[in-house]
Amino acid sequence: MQTFFSIGVDALAYGMILFVISIGLSVTMGLMRVINLAHGAFAMIGGYIASYAARDLGLGYGLAIVIAVLGTIIIAVPLERFLYRRIYGAPELTQVLMTIGITFCVIGLANYVFGPTLKTIPLPAGLQGPVDIGFRTIAAHKLFAIGCGVVVALGLWYLIERTSFGVKLRASVDNTAMAAALGVRTKIVYAASFALAVGLAAFGGVIGAELLPVEPYYALRYMVTFLVVVSVGGAGSIPGALIACLLLGAIDTTGRYLVPEYGEFFFYLAVIAIVWVFPRGLMGRAK
Amino acid sequence: MSAGVSVTAIPAQTRGWQRDLIGISVILIAALAGYFLFPNNLALLTRMIAIMLLVLSLDLVTGYCGVATLGHAALFGSGAYAAGIAAAHFGITEPITMIAIGAIGGALAGLISGVVILRGHGLAQLVLSIAIIHLFHEAANKASEYTGGSDGLSGISPDPILGVFEFDLWGRTAYVFGIVLLLLVFILLRILVRSPFGMLCRGIRQDPVRVSAMGASVKLTLIKMYAISGLVAGVGGAFNAVSTQVVGLDSLSFTNSAEALVMLVLGGVGSLYGALIGTIAFIWIEDLVSAANPFHWLTIVGALLIAVVLFAPKGLYGTAATFVERYRRGAK
Repeated sequence: MQTFFSIGVDALAYGMILFVISIGLSVTMGLMRVINLAHGAFAMIGGYIASYAARDLGLGYGLAIVIAVLGTIIIAVPLERFLYRRIYGAPELTQVLMTIGITFCVIGLANYVFGPTLKTIPLPAGLQGPVDIGFRTIAAHKLFAIGCGVVVALGLWYLIERTSFGVKLRASVDNTAMAAALGVRTKIVYAASFALAVGLAAFGGVIGAELLPVEPYYALRYMVTFLVVVSVGGAGSIPGALIACLLLGAIDTTGRYLVPEYGEFFFYLAVIAIVWVFPRGLMGRAK
Repeated sequence: MSAGVSVTAIPAQTRGWQRDLIGISVILIAALAGYFLFPNNLALLTRMIAIMLLVLSLDLVTGYCGVATLGHAALFGSGAYAAGIAAAHFGITEPITMIAIGAIGGALAGLISGVVILRGHGLAQLVLSIAIIHLFHEAANKASEYTGGSDGLSGISPDPILGVFEFDLWGRTAYVFGIVLLLLVFILLRILVRSPFGMLCRGIRQDPVRVSAMGASVKLTLIKMYAISGLVAGVGGAFNAVSTQVVGLDSLSFTNSAEALVMLVLGGVGSLYGALIGTIAFIWIEDLVSAANPFHWLTIVGALLIAVVLFAPKGLYGTAATFVERYRRGAK
């Protein structure tokens, strides 16, 4: 029972962090049809900035998160303008190469600037230690991560379903040319949703730093996981991504607890099985 | 479908064979030059040959069929482990038999990964290919009784080739053996990509719907090509096992797959010469840069990739071929 409960909490926290990081990828992939392998690199940049702000500059955790998100967006917007915009609509191979190139560059630079060691982001006192929720205690930062995941999911749902930006976004996803003809400035929609995606990635990178430690190879190590989430959930679908994250989080965490010696064998086996059965993702739409 | 690759117009049959003869002699001259110019670097050149076979095999599925995969090292590694296990655990140390076993191992791996990867399209295909390479990697790591796990598989000591040519300390025999294998594979692949089957694959890359409307089975063709590609990659892996006498887990790594793709794109997708040139250029730059400053290696690969995508999407060979074409037209 104890194990079962720990697995449940860990899986939920892990799944929620995966969700916060990869939902941006899902939205941009659904919208711009770009296979962005560099998404994890943005989460990593966020983690590094937050670590620098909180540990080296001694700023508060909340402020560090804000600086990380803004800083990552500031880094990412020129990349969107000068590199990504050239590969919209390009063949997959081109997109894969360009974004993997960006990932390699970011890893190399992070290694050079921050060194190969693991960076921590000091948690504020309120998030350290366990929290008593009546019948059990769980680590406060996991609870915080779960809470953030729920807030992000609800916020995105509201943004996409209820605001005028959401209407424009959905219109551009469904038919870019038609939306542009009707006066939606699709380039701005693209840039804004790219910034949103990157910001969320950075946010997820910071709050998830306890579970996915920040180090130079972060971008490559978790790249696969984020892509898998999007592919399993179906590009552009928020509920799909949420289900995929919880499912994959559960599979991965259970595997780690029960059969640690097999590493990620079962995780990838499950991925193959799911993608085999649902080639367009759990909630993906047919082309 | 794939990176704006130019398929050079199919030349008249006779001119094609002339060009092949020139190509083969260029490879031979380069091989001889390598042997005499870098007698102390034969190990590096030998590794280059093994990787060339991997990149050639990747070119078959990515360049000729348009399947984007980040898991091609699974085929290479399977070949290497098949040959290595045969030698270390079953005492089959005849090098040519080992290569054949590696080829079969690679072809089986190609069959499996072909069936799995071709299930998806676009992103799903990419994810499946990544999942495959990780699955193979974890499996090899777990089956440490046979594969040696993360320590690598050692204890491979191949017999002299044909009972005459012993593997020497300087790697001369391994190098010559590699060149012979490479030339053989290259000639066979040249025939393959010119054959009706090869043309069918190119057709699938350009328009799968149309090919299936003409009555050919797209999936079956691609799976066949995957098995052939596995055969080639398996030969490369087995050759690597024979020449280095160890098989490491890194031969089944994601990085190995990604690097093979980078080499292919650097050289030029959809051309066998491109695959060879890309491998030489990549490993040469790798050797230079990692000797100078290992920290910047990854940054430079990344920058190189971005530059290739932006400025030379056809790769080194493709760009050079375009220039030559333009020059010829200007001369007329």
